[in-house]
Amino acid sequence: MPTFTYMTRCDGCGQCVDICPSDIMHIDPVYRRSYNIEPNFCWECYSCVKACPQHAIDVRGYADFAPLGHSVRVLREEASGTISWKIRYRDGREKAFSFPIRTTPWGSIKPPFEYAAPDAAALNSPLLAHEPEMLKVDTLPTLRTAAEPA
Amino acid sequence: MGLFSSRKTRVVDTDILVIGGGFGGCGAAYESRYWGRKLKVTVVEKANIERSGAVAHGLSAINCYMGMRWNENQPEDFVRYARGDLMGLVREDLIYDIARHVDGTVHLFEEWGLPIMTNPDTGHYLREGKWQVMIHGESYKPIIAEAARKSASEVHNRIMVTHLLMDATHPNRVAGAVGFNVRDGSFYVFRAKAVIVAAGGASHIFKPRSVGEGMGRTWYAPWSSASAYGLVLRAGAQMIQMENRIVLARFKDGYGPVGAWFLLLKALATNAYGERFEASMLEEMKSLVGKYAETTPLPTCLRNHAVLQEIKAGKGPIYMHTQDAIDTREKEEIGWEDFLDMTVGQAVVWASQNIDPKEKPSELITSEPYVMGSHATCSGAWASGPEDCAPADYQWGYNRMTTVEGLFGAGDTIGGSAHKFSSGSFTEGRIAGKAAVRYVMALAGNLPQAGEAQINTLREEIFKPLANHAIGKHEIVAGSVAPSYISPLHGLQRLEKIMDEYGGGISTQYMTSEPMLDRGLELLTMLKEDLDHIGAEGLHQLQRTWELKHRVWTSEAVLRHTLYRQETRWPGYYYRGDFPRLDDAAWHAFTASRYDAKTGEWLMSKLPVHHIIG
Repeated sequence: MPTFTYMTRCDGCGQCVDICPSDIMHIDPVYRRSYNIEPNFCWECYSCVKACPQHAIDVRGYADFAPLGHSVRVLREEASGTISWKIRYRDGREKAFSFPIRTTPWGSIKPPFEYAAPDAAALNSPLLAHEPEMLKVDTLPTLRTAAEPA
Repeated sequence: MGLFSSRKTRVVDTDILVIGGGFGGCGAAYESRYWGRKLKVTVVEKANIERSGAVAHGLSAINCYMGMRWNENQPEDFVRYARGDLMGLVREDLIYDIARHVDGTVHLFEEWGLPIMTNPDTGHYLREGKWQVMIHGESYKPIIAEAARKSASEVHNRIMVTHLLMDATHPNRVAGAVGFNVRDGSFYVFRAKAVIVAAGGASHIFKPRSVGEGMGRTWYAPWSSASAYGLVLRAGAQMIQMENRIVLARFKDGYGPVGAWFLLLKALATNAYGERFEASMLEEMKSLVGKYAETTPLPTCLRNHAVLQEIKAGKGPIYMHTQDAIDTREKEEIGWEDFLDMTVGQAVVWASQNIDPKEKPSELITSEPYVMGSHATCSGAWASGPEDCAPADYQWGYNRMTTVEGLFGAGDTIGGSAHKFSSGSFTEGRIAGKAAVRYVMALAGNLPQAGEAQINTLREEIFKPLANHAIGKHEIVAGSVAPSYISPLHGLQRLEKIMDEYGGGISTQYMTSEPMLDRGLELLTMLKEDLDHIGAEGLHQLQRTWELKHRVWTSEAVLRHTLYRQETRWPGYYYRGDFPRLDDAAWHAFTASRYDAKTGEWLMSKLPVHHIIG
């Protein structure tokens, strides 16, 4: 669907507002809870659904083509590195799936400036950071070498 | 300033400014920090880089990986593939450059924690097809964003960049960018020595098939608002192949991906009568495009063409026979994860319509057109190529620099290099990032200056839609109809209607012609004039207004390039009714344009296609 927010679950924390790529989750000025201000610009990307600490946001499929009675719920757990889905069909059938999302701890990526500084000459070579080692082949391919053998 | 005189201005000085925090921008941030340890690298993004860009949702595959270490493919093979898919017209130097670096990018992603599936028999990455590897990619973007956040000196989220700034003394040199904060409305001025535009391509310039709530479920993200092109073409950068829009054959309405189903699970597509139809159309295709119909694999546009012909003949719906492909729980999980990782909306469609892919086939349809530079299409800026590979007339400066000095691009911004996808866009960002560091270091004291006059003029222009609404609303009692302004959504719907009906959208089965394009341009010119009268009720609508302007400017380029190319090069993407066949003698060339901001004129030309790979 578009997304919507359950009145009794939302506490107005604003995490959905902060994450929405489309800028359509806003806080209602009267109820102080979030809602979707522009459902026709919702991609059903579930970014807000996954980010909501209260599980207050759900999706009702686009009215143009999705009959009522379905639900696709999700639980994204960063600590265990998994995402779990529960799908309920209009006719009541259910399916459940769980997939990994990350193999390393969150926050563990080594920033580029913590690697040894490259020497000045390398700046003018076609090599990118960590090459050629990161390519896992001996050398970076080039067309000049192929066309003009030394 | 009158009505909004209390508005704050924030000035950010930086060495390198990266506009757009998607895959191209994240790659640019990482690489420019690696080489430019002492430089300031600033990323600006209209949403939040944690979940922004086309991969915000996640992805289920990496579509560009050579596997050089296992001798699976070489960069030359990839160039041949992309060239074949785009009917001969690509920048082979740029594609080669991405292909030779992309494995390093993917290995870095794996090291960072992206779960890449492996083939238990070989120990290699699990291949979906020749070029694709399967991933558990729900968190693909958050992982890459973590690397970008750690790389950049500053990340400015929720800033909509509206214009590039030009150097006051060297008119063809970039000096930064301006925009506004979508949350607090402050005016932002970024003064930069080099700018890398890594913004998104264009959804929502052609009318989508769903026009109610479902208009949000375009195949390409609704927040991909053509800023990749709107920003650089207005700065006078030369653009190429803007007519080369893409149409996708996907699961109907949800636009879920078909790659894993076709390539990995080997599902078949047939017409409503269970007949396979592609092969029987080969002769007809040959009559349109000649030898290109014999390309293996069959180019994306021609596969669309076959679907379209079948639907026109009343033999639809076209079905993907998922039920024949799923015979194990493992395959069922792969099929579902394909959607849940990257297009949850398709799972919603299935649940709502009681379609279990294990039991029933699913409809396929061709989408509305999109304009991009990173998928099976290559619209974008003309860029200088890699020094050790590009032909002489393809290089004039630093790698991935546009024809504007100091203005670099990556991802959807750069034209001619199709099939980048996520890993290739990140790689192109890395290439541009390193080149920008070299450029900045060579500048020394010769720094660009934007000039106050330019900045003040843009400030007035950026916030005018708020004043249009604040003043104009007093003329009416209530509601959305006013004599002096239209809303950003009104403007968008007019644009989509013009492009759809005259520029080769779904309502004409992707057909257009010179008289149709002329009429389209006439109506678009009036829409451009009306852009001065958009009324924005608040900052969210102000963002929508500037997204609309980027879309309209881009659309004009699309129409002009489509008019200029007098052939039908990509049947299935669009058709010129007045030139129904591919014409290699006259049009084995890139179409190029340059917009002159002073006169408002477009200079059209052809640029040569060099084949450097045999």
